[in-house]
Amino acid sequence: MNLTATDIRNLILAAGALGVCALLPLGDNGYWLGLGVTVAMFTVLATSWALFSGPTHYISLATAAFFGVGTYVTGLGIDSLPFWVLVGLAGIIGAVLAALVGLATLRLSGVYFVIFTLGLAELVRQVITWVQNNSGQKGLYVLTDLDEAGIYWWLLGLATAVFLAGWLIGRSRLGFALRIIGDDETVAAHSGINTALAKVMLFMVPGAVAAMTGAILAPRYVYIEPSLAFAPILSFQVVIMALLGGASRLWGPLVGVIPFTILLEVISSNFPNQTTLVIGIAFLVIVYLLPKGFVGLLDKAMIRFNGREGA
Amino acid sequence: MQLRPFLKLASALTIASALAASAASAENIRIGAVAPKTGPLAGGATVTQWPSIQLWVNQVNEAGGLTVDGEKMMIELIEYDDQTNPGETIKAVQRLATQDDAHFIIAPYGTGLNLAAAPLFDRYGYPQIAVSAITDQQADLAAKFPNMFFTLGTTTALAADVVKVLSDMRDAGQMGDKVAMVNVADAFGIELATAAKPLFEEAGFEIVYETSYPLGTQDLSPVIKGAAAAEPDAFVAWSYPPDTFGLTEQAMIEDLDVKAFYTAVATPFPGYGGRFGAAAEGVLGAGGVNPDSPAFQEYAAAHEAVTGNKPDYWASATTYASLEILGQAIEAVGLDREAVSAHLKESTYETILGPISFDENNSNPDFWTVGQWQGGVFKGVASRGRDGTVPVIIKEGWE
Amino acid sequence: MDILITGLLLGGTYALIAMGLNLQYGVARIMNLANGEILVAGGYFAFIAYSAAQLSPLLTIFLVAPLAFALNWLIYRIMLQPLVNRAKSRGQLETDSILATFGLSFIGVGLMLSFFGGDYFSYSFMAVPVELLGNTYGANRVVSFVMAVLICGALYIWLNRSRAGLSIRAIATAPSSARLVGIDVKHLSALAFALGGAVTAVGGALISTYLTLDASTGVVFTLKALIIVIMGGVGDVRGTIVAALLLGILETVVASLLDPGLTLAAAYVMFLGILLFRPQGLFGKKTT
Repeated sequence: MNLTATDIRNLILAAGALGVCALLPLGDNGYWLGLGVTVAMFTVLATSWALFSGPTHYISLATAAFFGVGTYVTGLGIDSLPFWVLVGLAGIIGAVLAALVGLATLRLSGVYFVIFTLGLAELVRQVITWVQNNSGQKGLYVLTDLDEAGIYWWLLGLATAVFLAGWLIGRSRLGFALRIIGDDETVAAHSGINTALAKVMLFMVPGAVAAMTGAILAPRYVYIEPSLAFAPILSFQVVIMALLGGASRLWGPLVGVIPFTILLEVISSNFPNQTTLVIGIAFLVIVYLLPKGFVGLLDKAMIRFNGREGA
Repeated sequence: MQLRPFLKLASALTIASALAASAASAENIRIGAVAPKTGPLAGGATVTQWPSIQLWVNQVNEAGGLTVDGEKMMIELIEYDDQTNPGETIKAVQRLATQDDAHFIIAPYGTGLNLAAAPLFDRYGYPQIAVSAITDQQADLAAKFPNMFFTLGTTTALAADVVKVLSDMRDAGQMGDKVAMVNVADAFGIELATAAKPLFEEAGFEIVYETSYPLGTQDLSPVIKGAAAAEPDAFVAWSYPPDTFGLTEQAMIEDLDVKAFYTAVATPFPGYGGRFGAAAEGVLGAGGVNPDSPAFQEYAAAHEAVTGNKPDYWASATTYASLEILGQAIEAVGLDREAVSAHLKESTYETILGPISFDENNSNPDFWTVGQWQGGVFKGVASRGRDGTVPVIIKEGWE
Repeated sequence: MDILITGLLLGGTYALIAMGLNLQYGVARIMNLANGEILVAGGYFAFIAYSAAQLSPLLTIFLVAPLAFALNWLIYRIMLQPLVNRAKSRGQLETDSILATFGLSFIGVGLMLSFFGGDYFSYSFMAVPVELLGNTYGANRVVSFVMAVLICGALYIWLNRSRAGLSIRAIATAPSSARLVGIDVKHLSALAFALGGAVTAVGGALISTYLTLDASTGVVFTLKALIIVIMGGVGDVRGTIVAALLLGILETVVASLLDPGLTLAAAYVMFLGILLFRPQGLFGKKTT
């Protein structure tokens, strides 16, 4: 493996940042940790989403489907299996489900894929509820000793894995192939790239990650209800945060997740009666003023900064 | 530069939050409340949860506040909308506990949201007097979260009393033993149906039609037609608000000929009686109250005067009672949360529902289970330990 | 036969939900995620008119339609036109409009919440049985089916006979070529968007006679409408009608013969199936 000096520097920086993040629960065990869990959750979801959607330009609304499956894996298995096995199991089930979906649908393009993935979450939810209803399964309670700090560290570990995977994919043949597909799928096919396989493999990443996130967060929710586990709003939130950050860079979603989480927090604490209204307005402001996301804003700032330096 | 409006918004928000923070003065009791104002459960919370909170705070402050250690303290209410999202509930409880320094927090709305908040109430030592959290796991939950209290009853009690009401009708020769049972395919409906099925069979009923339907089904006529085809003597639906209305309307249209018709949540809502009028006569539903008791009538009148709406005939009054309990415990032992929790475990409280005390599982053993629309009012017909149950009447047509 | 009629009636409901979005998405190219909020607002209007003034929803729609038309025209002109202008490609407009209308839907929920509160609103209107071929159906559903037929028929005739209608169809098929033959795309897109909003609001007013709504339920209808529009083929009135009816019949067949618990699952299976074999929808034209 060829690592340049910049690579090594970036890796060390990232490891350092991770180390700092990991210390959060020691500093504050309440409010800020709670926000940290939210940030970590959306970072994991949005980054893995962008790994697939960034290069391929497919907008997937399937996050809620995989997430819900993950919470159900924990909900059903918590009494019989150790937690880490469940998280792994959720990852495998998520990946397999994503592969099946990918094989069936990734030849659809544009908006059809969007709506298909949206329908998928509903379909999975309906099937799971129906099975639950007919198997006489009672309510799912996840009572564990895992506290916020534990959940936070789990998510942080997952985030590390996602960033590492994204970094490795970016350097690999697969990443190269995906960039060509993203630019021009016909060209990619002509240069001997198995476009379908590449896309399916990549789609398995957000599938597995979202399912694992669901599995990790299930203890936080204590009680698993289909309407909450499969809430379609989650899929939209992930897309929006990733797009706000910018899906073209590995760290793009991260710079979307952090300000957006803080903004939502400020809104919900200050406008308890108009939370939805103010979120909507803030949202439009962002869409209209930051058409290229925070990455675009940072790029612009960089250019200005560099330009001034040069002059 | 395009950033400026955004910065302006951000600074406006900062100022707003600073103002909100400085408004909190030392002599107030800060009470936090988090429940849905938007999202799937908002409709129910708007009828049941928020108005009762508003009424209670209003009444306490009108009377000069709560007496704590000999001094009158006014209540300052801090509200948050959790958007029916457990993640938001968790964040809001954390915010209330650590940023707003709330003295007490009113339990959230709905089973899922209450349980998502339970670990935090537990960690910060807040008593959680849950109302709209109906579960059979009360013993386990109370063992894990010792400050969590339950007021509205258990899944099994709710199901068992419906079975009992129907068995009594059958044993009195008012109807046969054929039951059609349907449920909404969400956690609540599934739990109730699972609990009810063996109870019906034990009681010697024959379940002639049994099915579930997804949450948000837009046409329930196949369900009612399927049930009607099985010619049941009683129809039981473990339903949620939109489908409670939908099933009733379809039953009217199909003229479903049963001696007992039961729909669960939202049947006690005033909107139900308002919408169906005379057709609601004889409909059975989850919950109930004693509408003839002076305490309830006084509460209902105040509720309408303060909030502009009528209370429902079930969880509204229990929500209010849970706040009365909290207030009385605070007046007895002060703002020490641990002492309040301890007091909750030991004492008996006088509420609009009558006396309430919590058993060894932190559960209120006296609650309403089944009610019925009679003469435009939803009256309790079965309860655990509550006075004022009225006899059940037979459902006679839909006119 | 009973199943068929019940299914058709439900299909009529679905057509009311989806027809407006078809115009907005097919012609104006706006995948409007705030569509459901317009529908709920229409329902609110009917509810208030009925409970305050005993005004029949069948009359209220004549008030709702122009109001919703004006509102949606303004929304398009003020909020969405800039996005259309700045979008370099169809894909970018799609992303932008998803984000913008998602924000709009939040604003819609928030506004309705502050004006009307979060309570359920439901009233009884024509909840009486009607006998058709030996079976009984709700009169309100039958009426709203008839209205759906009238609205869809009028739209179809207008799109195929009138000059404005033909131009709108031209835009739906080939927006860039339409401009070349002298069609005022901007103006007609706004018109189509506003018309779509009016149809949706009228649909909401009719649906409120038998469904229980509250401020937050809009999203349910948006999702359903999206699925129907995509299934039928974007920009084709016939496609939406056929898809709506098929969906209604399928759900009723599954509910009556199999298990009501599987209706939505079956609907999604059908939707996914159609997408797999005809990605452009039942009546959609291949875009290459």
